[in-house]
Amino acid sequence: MTDNFLKLFIFNGRQGPFTFCIALSILCLSIFGTVTSARAQDAAKEGPAAAPAKADEKPTLTIPIILLRQLRDKNPPLSLLDLPPPDEGVAGARLAIADNNTTGRFLNQSFKLEIIENADVAELIKAAGEQVAAGSGFIVADLDAGPLIQLADALAGKPALILNVGTPDDSVREENCRANVIHLSPSRTMLADALGQYFAWKQWRNWFLIYGSQPEDKLLADAYRRAAKRFGGKIVEEREFKYESGSRRADGGFEQIQQQIPQFTQNAKDHDVVIVVDESQQFADYFPFRTWTPRPVAGSSGMTPTSWHPALELWGGTQFQNRFRRLANRNMRPLDYDAWIAVRVIGEAASRKQTDKFADLNAYIHTPEFEVAAFKGVKTTLRSWNGQLRQPLIVTTPKLLVSISPQPGFLHQFTELDTLGIDKPETKCLAYAKPQ
Amino acid sequence: MSRYQFSFATLSVAALMAVAGAAPAHAYTAYVTNEKDNSITVIDTEKLEVIKTIKVGQRPRGIVISKDGKWLIVCTSDDNIIQVYDSKTYEFVKTLPSGPDPELLILHPTGNPLYVANEDDNLVTVVDINEGTIISDVPVGVEPEGMGISPDGKVLVNTSETTNMAHFIDTETLKTFDNILVDSRPRVAIFNDQGTQLWVSSEIGGTVTVMNPADRKIIGKISFEIQGVAKEAIQPVGVRITKDGKKAFVALGPANRIAIIDTATLKVEKYILVGQRVWQIYLTPDDKQLYTTNGASNDVTVIDVESQKAIKSIKTGRYPWGVVISKE
Repeated sequence: MTDNFLKLFIFNGRQGPFTFCIALSILCLSIFGTVTSARAQDAAKEGPAAAPAKADEKPTLTIPIILLRQLRDKNPPLSLLDLPPPDEGVAGARLAIADNNTTGRFLNQSFKLEIIENADVAELIKAAGEQVAAGSGFIVADLDAGPLIQLADALAGKPALILNVGTPDDSVREENCRANVIHLSPSRTMLADALGQYFAWKQWRNWFLIYGSQPEDKLLADAYRRAAKRFGGKIVEEREFKYESGSRRADGGFEQIQQQIPQFTQNAKDHDVVIVVDESQQFADYFPFRTWTPRPVAGSSGMTPTSWHPALELWGGTQFQNRFRRLANRNMRPLDYDAWIAVRVIGEAASRKQTDKFADLNAYIHTPEFEVAAFKGVKTTLRSWNGQLRQPLIVTTPKLLVSISPQPGFLHQFTELDTLGIDKPETKCLAYAKPQ
Repeated sequence: MSRYQFSFATLSVAALMAVAGAAPAHAYTAYVTNEKDNSITVIDTEKLEVIKTIKVGQRPRGIVISKDGKWLIVCTSDDNIIQVYDSKTYEFVKTLPSGPDPELLILHPTGNPLYVANEDDNLVTVVDINEGTIISDVPVGVEPEGMGISPDGKVLVNTSETTNMAHFIDTETLKTFDNILVDSRPRVAIFNDQGTQLWVSSEIGGTVTVMNPADRKIIGKISFEIQGVAKEAIQPVGVRITKDGKKAFVALGPANRIAIIDTATLKVEKYILVGQRVWQIYLTPDDKQLYTTNGASNDVTVIDVESQKAIKSIKTGRYPWGVVISKE
């Protein structure tokens, strides 16, 4: 709703009556949306009264899930439209709890979400340790790479499973992998491969790689270099964009950007596409339509690879998006989706095994037959060599889906989904190789 | 050039003769909902030709015919309502209420009420089709979809796509009395006419679960393997069973095939190649032809049941979704 009000305001200010009409119809749809959601809420209220007959037979099992959030001190993204909501990720986990509980009603299972957030990593780890000691074994972690490993080591040997949704870092899945962590968000190499395959399909063979100065940008640039090798791309030119972001909101600014970006991209070797690598969204959006040679921009702006997009309606996604908007009053972002899957993994295991015992659920999650349906058209499963969720990824422009990777024609001996990211023969993860 | 035309014509005549030989006499009418075009394609099953396209409400999906054959009852999902059309004149008759995003529906064997799965609010709605009123709502799992009813009308089964269950509902009390877990994303539930088997397809799980409705015990689970087709692409959706209860047909989604299954052994006898992303299917009342909706190739495939061969593709509107065939 808020999003639509915002759009209405902006459209009205800048554009003609036609756009206004469109905005108005979106608004009407939103109003209708609220009407139907009120009805759904009524139904939810009636829910317990119509509880299934099995309810009396067994006591209800309660399965607690912890969401551990590292509050990071980050610069806001460039565009006012991209400001992260305060409940980013949390709302996704909440929706999954609601979905788990709808199923749980029929199985006498109840899921509870406890959110622990702090800027101080040591405090977070201490709190997580206490929760595990009190019997809460499932920890959905929205943490950076370093803190994630600290948490994993602090909980090593204890009955705890960490479900990573906070970092795309490949090292925590590979050389620094831990046996008590599974990864629901896609890795940098998976994201870069998803885009790289699309370039291959388009036969855009010559790539101009521009990356920021942050350590994460350098790692993501490595992932694109790897994707180029794998899919027959050639990085014809590389440049580091040294950029001091400063205040996001300064009056003006475009005058300088309009000059700087063409100048920065001048005299590059012939290329088909510009890949701009800026994981923290500090400058990438300055590149489309401003490069010296007119070429499409992809990577961290323009056309981007992601696990989720709020306009995705394939595979029954519409109802999923609607449920989320009713719950959170905003669009679903990739972190919400990743957190939704994390909590659904636990719910799925609990409904299949019909137990609340951590050891049984954890063991089942790690078996090859474990699968979760996650609105991706195919089952999503965990890679046995590093605990990474394998899933199709979305290649998208800001408003609409462009394609889904793996692209047709990228074949694999076992599953085409393993053409995205680090495959079994290349893995450096040892913790998963050892018997647990 | 003209020689080619001539031989093509000869072939067509031969094909038509073959068709006439395989599926004689009775002309039924097939109605196919086109999800993207907001229309229904009407097909004469004897001539295998489109005879009419009816414009309907937004995003038509599930479709049934009233017991007396007079009404086409269609879920127009994006209008959050059910529309009724005259099956002969194609005139709009009235609307029926539903919950948000109605998707699949089924009639009680007596012809009334109508049970509707509303994909967007975890409810099955019970609608009196004559009065046009909602009798009751039954809470079920997340994203209700498949709807099956026992031949005696006593048990309604709904599947919920994200909860992954078949919910058994007593049609007298309108309460769920059992909930059976099946594989991921159950799409369709159907009883055989004998009432001895309930079939539930799991789209993402890639399987079909067959249960005994009497004790809800699982009789067997069917998996599919097709050479040259990725396992992930095998996604069972539509299921139909012949009147004698001996053969079942399962639509396999993006595997672009129909599996024919012996219901006694639960073994796949044959895979038939059809159009792209095949979802819903329907048998002619004489069990001689099977119609399949091929969403991604905008056509239906007609299968001759006896010879187990696809005999014709008929172009429909965009994204054909549901299909129903008149009783006479």
